This record gives sequence, structure tokens and C-alpha cells, in this order.
Amino acid sequence: MAARHKSVETKYMEDRDAVLRGLRGLDRRTFLKVLAASAGAVMARSLIPPHTFQLVEVADAAPDKAAEATGMAGQPPFTFAYISDTHLYPRTVNQRFVRGAVKAVEDVNALDPQPDFVLFGGDLAQLGRREELDLGRQILAELKAPVKMMVGEHDWFYDLGDTWQEMFGPPNYSFDWKGVHVVVLMSVHEKDFWTARKMTPAERMQTVAGLDNGIQSRFEVGDDERKWLSDDLAKVPHTTPILVFSHSPLYKYYRNWNFWTEDAEQVQAILKPYKHVTVIHGHTHQMLYNQIGNISFYGMLSTAWPWPYAPTGLPPLTVQMNRADPFDQFDGLGDGRVNVRPDGLADKIYSLWDRNPVTVKADYLVSHGKVARPPAPQFASY
Amino acid sequence: MTQRSIGLATAAACAAILAAVAYAPSVLRAQQAAALPIHQLPTSKDGGVVVMLCDGKTSMEVKGLKTGESMTHAQAVEVTRELMAQWQREHPNEKWEMAQTDQSSAPVPAPAAASGADGATASRAHGANAPSKGMQQGDTYASFTDRDYKVWKNETDNFVAEGKKIFHSDKELGGTIGVSCDMCHPDASNTHPETYPKYQVQLQKVALLRDMIDWCIENPVKGKALDPNDPKLRALEAYILAQRKGVPLDYGKH
Repeated sequence: MAARHKSVETKYMEDRDAVLRGLRGLDRRTFLKVLAASAGAVMARSLIPPHTFQLVEVADAAPDKAAEATGMAGQPPFTFAYISDTHLYPRTVNQRFVRGAVKAVEDVNALDPQPDFVLFGGDLAQLGRREELDLGRQILAELKAPVKMMVGEHDWFYDLGDTWQEMFGPPNYSFDWKGVHVVVLMSVHEKDFWTARKMTPAERMQTVAGLDNGIQSRFEVGDDERKWLSDDLAKVPHTTPILVFSHSPLYKYYRNWNFWTEDAEQVQAILKPYKHVTVIHGHTHQMLYNQIGNISFYGMLSTAWPWPYAPTGLPPLTVQMNRADPFDQFDGLGDGRVNVRPDGLADKIYSLWDRNPVTVKADYLVSHGKVARPPAPQFASY
Repeated sequence: MTQRSIGLATAAACAAILAAVAYAPSVLRAQQAAALPIHQLPTSKDGGVVVMLCDGKTSMEVKGLKTGESMTHAQAVEVTRELMAQWQREHPNEKWEMAQTDQSSAPVPAPAAASGADGATASRAHGANAPSKGMQQGDTYASFTDRDYKVWKNETDNFVAEGKKIFHSDKELGGTIGVSCDMCHPDASNTHPETYPKYQVQLQKVALLRDMIDWCIENPVKGKALDPNDPKLRALEAYILAQRKGVPLDYGKH
């Protein structure tokens, strides 16, 4: 009678035998490479010892340089870093935001091992001027790891994206990375509020830059881009982990401050069939996270200035970060990393400046707060 | 002709007796909206001063007073007594309080006009707020009308709006790095005006809200600190306080 359940020990021995048989087929050079890679992988990631024998996939040990360069090869786990919401003015106007952006770049460059790539989360410029975007590009060019750019409203509404697209390419795109499908959205489209008011580009940009004026429209992904998203995901199996990078949160947190995506439900519906979806978003300048159905949401920190939590609408799962100390120019700000786990879920590390880092685990979100609760604040917003 | 405003506020002798003012007609017309009625005072035969009540009817000539002269206190008291007596003779069955509320359409001397006076307050024509039964009567404060409250609310809201404008503008704040208050404090959130005064260790003193505003103007906004009596600082304070209406005071909270 065949055993319906294999013990851990049995599985271990079977996997080990399979790997060692596979190793016999390698030439010497490849064998040494595999050994080195395996040792390096275990040390670098500080993995909890696996249940069963694991080595770098023997099938992939024959070097495939092209695939590794694009990240197509391999599986999670992997780590990427993020820098977001730098809100740069020209150097001659404001040094403080420049200092923040440079500090984040130095943080990421100091990581060892280096992350696979760095996500830039949007709002590179403050008022969408070419000079500001150029300054941002120069600062980010110092990053050692490759950069994936994402656009924010402060980058877009001066010239409706002309300069951004010239410098950084299409505002929405997708790519595959180590078995994960990554979608980068332009989620800060706004219905035209400026033509009827006869606004100049500068006035339009100034209006969008003001969080609380209530004149601008609410952010949306929009019909066209939702169609693009559906088409893009059509070829992706439902078991593939999905990462969505978005500037607006893709859920509805606080309408008055545009912590909001107007067509959030429709976007979430497109993502619903997928087993594991993680949204990494910018715009909110605070430690923020949420779980809606199958989707985990993590907000990124800003490097420019922190925002208080909105009076209503804060997701119950978010454990607030301490109020920012106005007497400390870096408090409440920072950068961070996302660890994508082997199962495709993601943990987020908030590297808060002048504070201890906070890690928010996918287990906490997926269990709706039952396990792995992040540390409580001492100075919550009120 | 000089305009003169005769204010009669002898409360003991005649609570809220109403006295019209002898303006030069052209000045009066300039100050009133087109819709308001204009009272024609009977002219005196030998250039004396005529005083009229706000009802537009009851009037008397002040004996021995020439145009341009001031009344003494004793004369003023006598005039008010005489006018009141005249009014009561003409309205034998009316209680003057009820007549007062009926006069809701009577013109009120505009506050701007009264500012030329020598400090004496002009009693207003009251109306529209019928005092209800069982309530105390006759107070100055209790006699303000809906219109009064509306005017004051308007003034306050305008001041708060001025503060809101400054709050949202780095130029108005005098900032030099493109930072305005609303960037960190949308809708004046996280300002906690209700927690002042408190000891602010970074300032080494007990701080009031305006001290914190000034600190922010100097530091994140990189402007020049405003004088505590600067109208801009007061307007900012007004805006911030207005956003926290209803929040209990809690001084010293950190």
C-alpha cells in the first residue's frame, strides 16, 4: 500500500538523492559554481533551515547569463529596495529634500548583499519641472542596483507626463522577475479639472501639489489602463505571484487628501483571481498597510516629509508609526526593502531614519492580524 | 456741514431710548444703501439742533443749542426724557419694548458712521429677536439680533480664511525654500492647538501655539519669525484653532 503521506525525513532523503544524482552529470567548473552559489545563497539570505534538502536548482546551474541579467531565471526569495516621494525642488531653492534623497541612495548602496533592483515609488519632482526631474535622475543614477521607475502626480501634471516619458519611458509597464510577475501602474490619472477653470500648467500643477484643496479630481487608474492591465495579466497563470507597483494606494483610505483610487474596486477585481498579490504604493508618506481579500498593500515611506494619519479611514491592520518629531529633519522618513518569499508573499522592512526599523510580515496581513503583530507606537496620531 | 453724532446712552434715565442723528443729508445718503429710508428732520427756524427718534416721527428742538455745539450731560438727559415722554404720549397703549421689536426694518446707524463720534456708544435699533416669556430682559448682550451675529460670524470666518490662505502659501509665510504649512499639516492636522501651553524642551520654555507656529516658520519653512502681534500670525492661529472646533482643551499634553 503506497503511503499517502510522506514524512519529512522521507522527503528530505528523496530530494537529496535527486540533487546528488543531478550533480553527477555536471562538469567540474559548473559543479564548483553550484557549490559556491548554494553556500552564498544560504548565508546571504539567513534563511530558516528548509524542511527539505535544497540547493540551487540543478537544472539552472548551467549558466544562462542572459536570463540572469533580466531576472527571468530563478525563483523567489529575492529582495528589492525602494526609495519614494523625494519631492525635489531645484537645488538652488531647497536643500533639505535633496539631502533626503541622497541619504536614501546612500542607504541602498550600503546594503550587502545588494538588492535585485530598486523601485522608485513616484513623486521624484515636487512641481514637475524638467530641472527637478533631471536633478532626481542624477541622484538616482548613483544607485548601484538597477532602478525601476514609477511616476507620481507631482511628476506628471505640469506637462501631463511629456518630460517624464522622455526621460524614463512608458508610465505603465510590466516585467517578470524570478517567477514573479511585476506590474508597474500609472495610478494617478485625474479627470480634467483644469480646462474649465482656464488654469495654466503651473496652476494645474500647484493645485495637484496641494493635498487638501479639494479642487483636483480623485486619482484613478482609468478605463484604458485597466484594460491594459487585464490584457497584460491574461497570459499570467493564477498561481504566479503578482507584485503591483502603484503610486496611489489602489484602495480607499481618505478621500479629502487623495489617499484614494477612485476605481480601486475595479482594479482589485482584475487582481482577484490571483493567488498572491502584493501592492507596493507611494503617496501616503507614512507606515501603512492593509489586506483586502487576496491582496496585501504596503505603503512606502517618503524621503521628503512625513504625513500624519488621516482622521478617518485608516486600515485597522495598520499599527501606526510614532508621530514625527518636527525638530528632527529626518524623523518619520526613510526607505526600505521588500523580501519576496518563496511562496510569493512579501514582507516589508521600513527603514525609518532615526528610529529602529520595523518589519511587517505577510503572515500578519494574511492572518488579518492574528500573528506577528508589529510593535506598538508610543506617540500615536491624535 | 460737519456731521455730528449724538449718542444717548443714559441707561438709568431711559433704557434704550432711541435717538436719531442730525446728519448732513448728503453724508447720510452716502453712507446708507439705496434701499434704506431717509428720515427728514424738521428744520429749526433759528439754526438750532433738532433731535429725532429712530421712528422717523418723534422729534424736538434742543433749546439754546446751536449747530456745532455739544450738549452737556444734563441737557442730554433732559432731551431723552422729553423725547420719551413725547413718544409715550403719541403711543399711549404701546409698551416700548414691543414697539422695539416691531421696528425690525428701521435703519441702524452704520458702525462706520458712529466711529467719528467722541467715543459715546450709539444704541442700536433692535429688532427681529422677540424676547420670549420667562427670560430676562433688557441686557445689551441679549438684545443683539440675528443680523449682528451674522456680521460677526462673517468677520471671523474671513479672518480664518485669511489664515488659511497664508497657511497654504510659502510666499505669504515669507518662506524661502518652497515649503508651506499645509505640506506637513493638511487641513491643519497634527497641530494640536488644544495642547498648549506646554513645556517645549526644544525651545527651553513653556510654549503657546504661536510660539510653535513661529518656530515652524523659522525652521522647516525657513522664513523670518513673525512678531506675536503680527496680523499674519494671528490669522494663522485663528485658522488652526478653527479646525479644532469641539476638541476638548488639554493643555500640557505631549
